[in-house]
Amino acid sequence: MRFRTVTSPHILGETSVGRIMRRVLYAMVPGIAALVWFFGWGVLVNLSLASGIALLAEAAILAVRNKPLALYLNDYSAVVTAWLLAVALPPLAPWWLTVIGVLAAIVVAKHLYGGLGYNPFNPAMIGYVVLLISFPREMSTWPIPHGIDQAHAMTLWETLQAVFSGVQPARFAPDALTGATPLDVLRTQLGLGLTVTEVRNSPVFGIVAGSGWEWAALGFLAGGLWLVYTKAAAWQIPAGMLGTLAVISTIFYGIDPQRYAPPWFHLWSGAAIFGAFFIATDPVTASTTPRGRLIYGAGIGLLVYLIRGFGGYPDGVAFAVLLMNIAAPTIDLYTRPRVFGAHRE
Amino acid sequence: MRLFPFHGGLKTVRHKTESNRQAIRAAALPKRLIVPLRQHVGAIAKPLVKTGDPVLKGQRIGQPDGYVSAAVHAPTSGVVIAVDQQPVPHPSGMTDWCVSIEVDGEERWIERCPVDYQHLHPSDLRNVVRNAGVVGLGGAVFPSAVKMNLSGHCERLEHLILNGAECEPWMTCDDRLMRERAPEIVAGIHILAHLLAPREVLIGIEDDKPEAIAAMAAACAGTGYEVRPVPTRYPSGGVKQLTKLLTNKEAPTDGRSTDIGVQCFNVATAYTLHRAIHHGEPVISRIVTVTGHVKQPQNLEVLLGTPFAELIAESGGYQDGVQRLIMGGPLMGFALHDDRVPVTKATNCILAAGAEDLALEQPAMPCIRCGACMDVCPADLLPQQLYWHARAKEFDKAQDYHLFSCIECGCCSYVCPSRIPLVQYYRYAKNEIWAQEKEKQKAELARQRHQARLERLEREKQEREAKLRQKAPPRSDAAAEKPTPTASIAHAKEAASSAADSPTEAIARDA
Repeated sequence: MRFRTVTSPHILGETSVGRIMRRVLYAMVPGIAALVWFFGWGVLVNLSLASGIALLAEAAILAVRNKPLALYLNDYSAVVTAWLLAVALPPLAPWWLTVIGVLAAIVVAKHLYGGLGYNPFNPAMIGYVVLLISFPREMSTWPIPHGIDQAHAMTLWETLQAVFSGVQPARFAPDALTGATPLDVLRTQLGLGLTVTEVRNSPVFGIVAGSGWEWAALGFLAGGLWLVYTKAAAWQIPAGMLGTLAVISTIFYGIDPQRYAPPWFHLWSGAAIFGAFFIATDPVTASTTPRGRLIYGAGIGLLVYLIRGFGGYPDGVAFAVLLMNIAAPTIDLYTRPRVFGAHRE
Repeated sequence: MRLFPFHGGLKTVRHKTESNRQAIRAAALPKRLIVPLRQHVGAIAKPLVKTGDPVLKGQRIGQPDGYVSAAVHAPTSGVVIAVDQQPVPHPSGMTDWCVSIEVDGEERWIERCPVDYQHLHPSDLRNVVRNAGVVGLGGAVFPSAVKMNLSGHCERLEHLILNGAECEPWMTCDDRLMRERAPEIVAGIHILAHLLAPREVLIGIEDDKPEAIAAMAAACAGTGYEVRPVPTRYPSGGVKQLTKLLTNKEAPTDGRSTDIGVQCFNVATAYTLHRAIHHGEPVISRIVTVTGHVKQPQNLEVLLGTPFAELIAESGGYQDGVQRLIMGGPLMGFALHDDRVPVTKATNCILAAGAEDLALEQPAMPCIRCGACMDVCPADLLPQQLYWHARAKEFDKAQDYHLFSCIECGCCSYVCPSRIPLVQYYRYAKNEIWAQEKEKQKAELARQRHQARLERLEREKQEREAKLRQKAPPRSDAAAEKPTPTASIAHAKEAASSAADSPTEAIARDA
């Protein structure tokens, strides 16, 4: 009897790119739920719009590049990019903002650089930064957080109207819906010479950080820890990033607690936790060696603190990740692990 | 008893119970045997018989050729019907020199001479082992006599390791052997321990074989040999991984295990050593696991040279839906073209795999650099970087990332979410590098030849000129003195081969 021959191994574990990407989506659910609760339906509108546009853009460009559509659309990587970007966008952002961001991410940052696996920069963060630089006003107005069940929360219909026609419901005063983010408030008020204690009295702050924001961070922490536990994300990256951020903010807080926010505020604010577990851990653009990942994460943590404290933007996760993306190949080159049987140095 | 886990590895499907429940059975005597003359690493044995010769069971039919080689014997009595090229189990489906024997069914033995190994000079004992055709039966088939010579590698052996890990799924031949013939294995270990004088003897067995562990422990009682169960984690049966597990020592990347005072033999090898020394029986059979999509999976004691098809038939034949015939385990074994090839000393398992046992063949996606391959690599390599460099044909960079430390265990391919056939890329890169080295050697030989020719021409010219100046002897004499071109080629060849360390020297040392 004759048989076909194929080289070993003849058995493979059950895994796939789609499985890993779907796991990332599941892990984002608790954080997203908290965002929806505090910031309203806009979060879900953003997510749906971004996913739809991302899949369309992905399909179109795959067709142009002559790639098998079914195989690549099933890897869920476009949806992950869309979600990562959508979560970072203001929930009442006009529809065209989301569309431009997604196109910049999928078409430019991902496919023009070679598509899945080849892009040097995190696509979602490229999309985010393009929007942040081009439309700073739209990007910095966030809804004021409160429970979605309350009377002064926007309904789904009102949200859709706001997103797609730019018409805000007449029953709200213009400043009752949106305002500056906690990190923005901290930045501008410290710049005006107020102390941290005085700034913290603002209603945008909650128990440890921004009200509402801190619950979203908790949700993302839970999902992120699960990602690390299931090995869908490398633990070294969040450990390096959050560890460094904690150490530096503690040092500055120790020097002058009235000029520098406490470490727990930094860890719990903005995109620190979301970025550490979901953005920085994008394997394609991160460092790949164990030591390299620690260094890569630490670099992001350091840059986040520097940008928040001394830079021109209230939060710095996107810029920090992109800057470390450039450094990743070099870090990999110098952090190669010791090979079995090689002489110990 | 502390263990020292190696990096990476896998928990895989086991599929051991299909074949390890019944005792080893002797396979029926086939009508015809095809005995390959190369069943070991090293030089092919030289045939000692020709068509028409009668042979006895255990009669030597292949003479070891060189130091790294082993003898081949007639597995039963009969008549040689051919000495020619036959298909052998090899991934390429190639043919090799084989002695085909028409079996007479009488099983007439040669005179068997047991050896009193304790009163034999070590090099004489090694010669007995060499002539009995003892090679590593774990699948590597390296001539054991070579491994039983420590000279030049270490002063004294620290650890003698017996490998009973059997980490590949489906395979149970060592498991059954240890359960049923533990005292004989231990008798073989005595011989190894006598010759190598190790400080300690460790027997590593994966802990999914409690019966084998118990049997070996009972047989080792009072000997000082230690049976050490190791966690069931592929590839714990890799020599380097087992050594690390048991001793925390790592064989150097550019050296051998004896450099760190360790030598390792498979338990089945120890068994055949015992048969060879105490019973005077050369290696003419081995235990083969026949499993997977056959009606009656089992372990058979098989005469070398028996066609696979006969063993399949003896196991009830194929079940429906057999897709691939694998020699060895599913992770490192290779797929065969045809089931008419003969069993060799390397045939530890014949796996008839059905579709549900095999990985789906899926198109490879691009690498997403997730590093799962790195996490499971038992050689602590960066499989992903090796892949990029192999793919880009940057072979020097692949070597820079220690390509040749790769043991091709397949863990990286197993976990790759993009389903990239990583091991295939590494094999390709290794083959390309070997081919390039061979080219380089050829070029060097050609260069030396060319140099020799230029020198000769120059010499002749000078001689002619000198003779012309002297206006002396007639031309016919000068022609007679001219060295022939073949002689200078032979000279160049000799110069080239003496540069490499020659096996003949090693033989002289051993003899």
